[in-house]
Amino acid sequence: MTTIISAKDVHLSYGNYEALHGVNLNFQEKELTALIGPSGCGKSTFLRCLNRMNDDIENIKITGEIKFEGQNIYSSKMDLVKLRKEVGMVFQQPTPFPFSVYDNVAYGLKIAGVKDKDLIDQRVEESLKQAAIWKETKDNLKRNAQAFSGGQQQRICIARALAVRPKVVLLDEPTSALDPISSSEIEETLMELKHQYTFIMVTHNLQQAGRISDQTAFLMNGDLIEAGPTEEMFIAPEKQITSDYLNGRFG
Amino acid sequence: MHEIFLDELKKLNTQFMEMGVFVNDQIDQATRAFVDHDKKTAQSMVDNEEKIPTESIDIQKKALKLMALQQPVATDFRVVISILKATTDLERIGENAMSIALETIRVKGNPRIPEVEEIISNMTHNVRHMLIQILTAYVQDDEKMAREVASRDGVIDHDYVRARKLIVDGIEDDPSRAVASSSYFVVTRLLERIGDHIVNLASWVVYKTTGELEELTNPSETKTI
Repeated sequence: MTTIISAKDVHLSYGNYEALHGVNLNFQEKELTALIGPSGCGKSTFLRCLNRMNDDIENIKITGEIKFEGQNIYSSKMDLVKLRKEVGMVFQQPTPFPFSVYDNVAYGLKIAGVKDKDLIDQRVEESLKQAAIWKETKDNLKRNAQAFSGGQQQRICIARALAVRPKVVLLDEPTSALDPISSSEIEETLMELKHQYTFIMVTHNLQQAGRISDQTAFLMNGDLIEAGPTEEMFIAPEKQITSDYLNGRFG
Repeated sequence: MHEIFLDELKKLNTQFMEMGVFVNDQIDQATRAFVDHDKKTAQSMVDNEEKIPTESIDIQKKALKLMALQQPVATDFRVVISILKATTDLERIGENAMSIALETIRVKGNPRIPEVEEIISNMTHNVRHMLIQILTAYVQDDEKMAREVASRDGVIDHDYVRARKLIVDGIEDDPSRAVASSSYFVVTRLLERIGDHIVNLASWVVYKTTGELEELTNPSETKTI
């Protein structure tokens, strides 16, 4: 197993308010990690640190070290565009751009300067297939992506994230806005893809974390309480507070 | 919401304990009836033979319902799983006690071998004490006590081996004891099996408290039948 992202003593403050109090967590290549914890515990904040999505927030201060493939992503030498190409993101609400399925998926490639039409065609098809949305879109590639259902839109967004061939995909509650059938389809898609990509997913759906993740990390009040293989976390966590949270005793 | 789960779990634990105490009493009644040739008591036990399986199914149904509807994980999951598994072992112990009662009804022949009957009383005393202790360890989540109880299965096994030798010697000394002795073989074997099920119960206490699935079987356990 290779560590692809490592976070060491990550503190994050908004002005005087410290939201993360020194998080240490490693992510292994081609694994799916679930970040769980009560609302406001800092899990989405932490997720967004991993591809520097918090950079533009006013009065924000991040200390500690986050390394992607051994390189400190907060170093001045880090190429932010390259980082976000390698570490993509899918949000809670499906966010297709208001243009065709094809153009949505091709968008990242065009931004990256890819001009070879055949290559773009090939990547669009591959990515839509990987995101398990090809069958539903192959005859409607010119159709506006926003005209699809919520679950389909989210899979189009996953395809868009995959088109630039990232190494890691960050998912911020990717199924919380979806019905159970669409959620289940996204879960199946992630299960298929986790052999090729590394996923880090914030979720409030604990059963979902149990079903599809390899590693689970439990955060509370800005602290990482416990992290480990999902099976161990869901059967015999080290801390009683983890068990209490997993059983819905608070949160 | 969680209060409902805890309340249901408490009821389930109480029912499990009650079943355990009843099974323990059955072992006592059955072996006493055997040694006293009290076919009447044995028959009344056999007449009520459905009580333990019915209770066991009821506990298992409730535990499965909790699993399906409350979807417990971590500590709560282990509690429900261990009750589900431990109930099966308790039911087997009850079946063994019932088999001793059946043997009491079937038993024919004299003379008897007092030394063997003394071992049977001794084994009964030990398994009953172990059962009560394992039920206590279960309720108190006492892993140490569970391991200690499991380790005492060696004494039961030792008594079993000693009884077998005495039975064989007894038949050799006086072949007219052979008919009665076949029942001694059956009863000591059943008591030895009860000891094994108590070891299983101990391993469920360990699982419940630590999450570790371990075989606590005594390495010197007698495998002969």
